[in-house]
Amino acid sequence: MPVLSADLCLSRGDFTLDVALSVAPGEVLALLGPNGAGKSSALRALAGLIPLTGGHVRLDGDDHTRTPVERRPIGMVFQDYLLFQHMSALDNVAFGPRCQGLSKADARARAAALLDHMDLAGYARSRPRDLSGGQAQRVALARALAVRPRLLLLDEPMAALDVGTRDHVRGRLRHLLEEFDGATVLVTHDPLDAMVLADRIAVIENGRVVQQGPPAEVARRPRTPYVARLVGLNLFHGRAEGTVVTLSGGARVEVHEAYDGPALVAFPPRAVALYPERPRGGPRNVWPLEVDGVERFGDQVRVRLTGPLDLAADISPAALAELGLARGGTVWAGVKAAEVECYPG
Amino acid sequence: MNRSGSRSGSATHGVMRVGSGRPPWPLILPALVGVAFLVLPLVGLVVRAPWPDMGRRITEPEVLAALWLSLSTATVSTVLCLVFGVPLAWLLARTEFPGRRFVRALVTVPLVIPPVVGGVALLLVLGRNGLVGRYLDAWFGLTIPFTSLAVVLAQVFVAMPFLVISVEGALRGADRRYEEAAATLGAGRVTVFARVTLPMVLPGVGAGAILCWARALGEFGATITFAGNFPGTTQTMPLAVYMALQSDPEAAIVLSLVLLLVSLAVLATLREKWVNA
Amino acid sequence: MRDAPRRLGAALTAAALALTACGSEDTGPDTDAGVAEGDLTGRLTVFAAASLTDVFEELAEEFEARDPGAEVVFNFAGSGELATQINSGAPADVFAAADTSTMDQVVEGEGLAGEWVAEHGEGGAIFATNTMEIAVPPGNPAGIEDLDDLAADGVSVAFCAEEVPCGTATLTVLEAAGLDVTPVTYEENVRAVLTKVELGEVDAGLVYVTDVDAAGTAVTGISFPEADEVVNDYPIAVPAGAPRPALAAAWIDLVLSETGASVLTGAGFGTP
Repeated sequence: MPVLSADLCLSRGDFTLDVALSVAPGEVLALLGPNGAGKSSALRALAGLIPLTGGHVRLDGDDHTRTPVERRPIGMVFQDYLLFQHMSALDNVAFGPRCQGLSKADARARAAALLDHMDLAGYARSRPRDLSGGQAQRVALARALAVRPRLLLLDEPMAALDVGTRDHVRGRLRHLLEEFDGATVLVTHDPLDAMVLADRIAVIENGRVVQQGPPAEVARRPRTPYVARLVGLNLFHGRAEGTVVTLSGGARVEVHEAYDGPALVAFPPRAVALYPERPRGGPRNVWPLEVDGVERFGDQVRVRLTGPLDLAADISPAALAELGLARGGTVWAGVKAAEVECYPG
Repeated sequence: MNRSGSRSGSATHGVMRVGSGRPPWPLILPALVGVAFLVLPLVGLVVRAPWPDMGRRITEPEVLAALWLSLSTATVSTVLCLVFGVPLAWLLARTEFPGRRFVRALVTVPLVIPPVVGGVALLLVLGRNGLVGRYLDAWFGLTIPFTSLAVVLAQVFVAMPFLVISVEGALRGADRRYEEAAATLGAGRVTVFARVTLPMVLPGVGAGAILCWARALGEFGATITFAGNFPGTTQTMPLAVYMALQSDPEAAIVLSLVLLLVSLAVLATLREKWVNA
Repeated sequence: MRDAPRRLGAALTAAALALTACGSEDTGPDTDAGVAEGDLTGRLTVFAAASLTDVFEELAEEFEARDPGAEVVFNFAGSGELATQINSGAPADVFAAADTSTMDQVVEGEGLAGEWVAEHGEGGAIFATNTMEIAVPPGNPAGIEDLDDLAADGVSVAFCAEEVPCGTATLTVLEAAGLDVTPVTYEENVRAVLTKVELGEVDAGLVYVTDVDAAGTAVTGISFPEADEVVNDYPIAVPAGAPRPALAAAWIDLVLSETGASVLTGAGFGTP
């Protein structure tokens, strides 16, 4: 039985959110989506900070749809961590247990154990403003876990950190989340956070879940242009007949696995090769396209192409020089069938 | 700037503290006028004070009694203002109820009306024949005018707005997400208020309390009207000053200086404590 | 620095005296004719005890009617306050106090105009007297009949503070009667005592007869024999720094005249 099973319906003005979620024990679900997609609202609704206009929230089978926030078996890590500035790290963590009725000594003992577990024993007496971003994040996590929640909610847990420290902190957070046996829902707009931290990703756009699955699957088989952009793939809608997919724009793409029916076709920009003229032999998929733009992309150059189909190609600066590409010029793009992923659309 | 030209000029600028810079004279000039306007009357008091027999005058029992009454009533008033004013400020800042704007306007009434009128109003309500006072008298044998309680009530009436306005401003400026964080940790509304909201707005509460105390300490009009003037029970320092002014202006100056110095000492101590805390 | 206004006042006085010397010489103390001569113009500033408000305003109409060029402006307040103001250099042409001790403060401080003192003597001229009366709320809830009743248990009384003239008078009355009464409050002035009585906050207050008269039906006056022993004198004089001493002398003549006496008597004052 899942720990969390929720159907969240919210309407506010002309925005409506309708999201069904289910999270198993020990599972981490990431809600990934653009700003304003409704993912933070979904999280706040799970916490009880905003009322649902419909649907339900069940935790371990108990209905908590109408339970006030302070009585829900939840713990929440907020975007800026929101540690109480007038309390030490220890008292921040002991706050929840105190509210649950533990004596001051017991609450502090539980808080101290949690801080110790998070390698923060030396910072128990520190004020929040004296902590680094990563330390503050762990104190916030310890504070949320101190109430022994069944549902752990994290709102953009990495957003407040410097880019330089993110990788390290993210790895550490993943490790700590793995130990939690309840359900975890985290909200992020950064696909890397979602890929690293989550066991499953639910992509939310315009208040709806548009794709759901394990990170690897989402990364390999995006279902919407937004997800494709996030994971850096070229994505096309089309209709498959055997190993040939006819795209909505009319272009044809050969794939290596046969399928029949509406299909999605995806391939990475680095799989695209560019030729000054139509290549002889070489890849089976070749299209003459117009150069729409050229930009640096890491140590590669990303060439945006338009024509029967719009796609991005990553080539080396040397190749760019050889091709002598300029905006408005024509070039032949080729992709091997083996590099093209085709899946039901 | 001077004869040695632009190089030394720019060097001087380089030495000046970065960030703070030199305040522009359109600010400095009015500021100096403002300070002078506030301080000169004080200078007047100091210059005219009968310094030779100052020591004898300020240790007179009447002076000490008035000073003690002033300090104690102002302190009790401040506590009462906190007890009633902070929740009121919370209601005004955090809840929606019909007539909230009207109530907020009412809170500022004591700032607008002359304190003497406030004193008359208190008499009309809490006096022996007042709207409420007559029942207090009839049922409990309690008459408020001419008691130290009346002094406190008069002070609370005039000082409360300072606290409410200050605390309400602090509450509006506070980040409410901290309160949400506390709620997710299992804190009920009272706990959230006491352990999260209140500590967050403590500087505002402190500033409000200081304003409140200072206003209560200087209160005259409402006190003399509502509480009367009786040494030891209702004659606070401002009343003593006013009475002295009728017959012995030098004594009035002495009393004013005493009130001034004691209140400055208290405020400076409080400030010191809070800044160091 | 604090002498500056006084020096300015003195200079103004000298100038005013020089300009109006002829006018003031002709003014006899008890003849209305002197006032009516018509050569007295300008603004006359009168500092007067608050209890004189009604009387003086009535007299001002008379004064201005006789002398259309003259304008009377008043500063009504407690006598002690007025004395402090005058001693601080306030440009008062006339000072009318509610008791002689506050006039003495001015005599010792600012001083009185020399020419005027030469005619009327030190300490100012007494132009009115006032006696005390017990004021009780309508219906007299505590059943007060005479001064002794104020000392009874459970009777709450408001007195004037001893720092103000009516308070001094109160003390003298009680001393004369051999009574020891502790009030619930020492009010800043007679009006404040009356307010407390009118609102019924106290059972009785000691005020002047004139105040009871002025209060109309809001309070009831009870006279008592001991009051005759304490007659409060109202002195009037021209302070040394008076900008318009001639006009001031004319005003004082009016106050001391038959006309002045009848207006004063009408308001409950006695005349010397």
